Amino acid sequence: MFNAITHSQMYVLDQDEALDFYVGKLGLEVAADVDLGFMRWLAVSVPGHPERQILLEKPGAPAMSEETAAQVRDLVTKGAMGGWVILTTDDCRKTYETLRAQGVEFIEKPTERPYGTDCGLRDPFGNRLRFTQPKTAG
Amino acid sequence: MSRASEDSNRRMLRARDAMDRAYAQPLDVPALARLAHVSEAHFSRTFRATFGETPHRYLQRRRVERAMFLLRETDRSVTDICFEVGFGSTGTFSRTFRDVVGRSPRAYRKEAVATGVPTCFTMAWTRPSV
Repeated sequence: MFNAITHSQMYVLDQDEALDFYVGKLGLEVAADVDLGFMRWLAVSVPGHPERQILLEKPGAPAMSEETAAQVRDLVTKGAMGGWVILTTDDCRKTYETLRAQGVEFIEKPTERPYGTDCGLRDPFGNRLRFTQPKTAG
Repeated sequence: MSRASEDSNRRMLRARDAMDRAYAQPLDVPALARLAHVSEAHFSRTFRATFGETPHRYLQRRRVERAMFLLRETDRSVTDICFEVGFGSTGTFSRTFRDVVGRSPRAYRKEAVATGVPTCFTMAWTRPSV
């Protein structure tokens, strides 16, 4: 049957701002940035891992009505949209300090968990992300 | 839905995140209102319009959720947990816990099972209903 998850999707309210955040601050890399005419296909991945991409999609017409897009934006900004991700890192605390110095909005400091050390943050739009330093990683 | 309401949502979310972090401290409406760029007088109303409940109730549910976690995962005494999550007296704690969960802290502890999923889910989904 299946052998990988290659693409997942998150809604962002502004793709340039999303690029600044996901690439400029979080250090992900652009896996695709293509103007298809009807939409801008913007996807990011962990550097060196294009096999797993996150599509940063802007909600709007004609994919959905303007009214629906407004509802999506409403949910994103309330932190209720979902579409979040968990990343892994070799050093949770160091990554936290680096990102915090860049003004990334953290919702949870690095905390020891049974599965490792992790913390939580929000993107500029309200989406939730976490990153974990798994216990097995040195 | 205008851009203004999205900005308002996002700022209220920032304030709610701050409440989630500082759940054991008293509700600091002036600080939260500053974070959300609204007046103190408007903070509760705007929070309620955004999230469907008052900041006070949200904080109570957050504290009870933390208490439930500590009751499940630790052996600490109920009194200890009460103060740890920010309640000022065991009376208020028991009353609020029972009101929100429908059982006493001790009864809850007896029936609880430990969970093993990322913390943000446990936090959101074990937060008792409004």
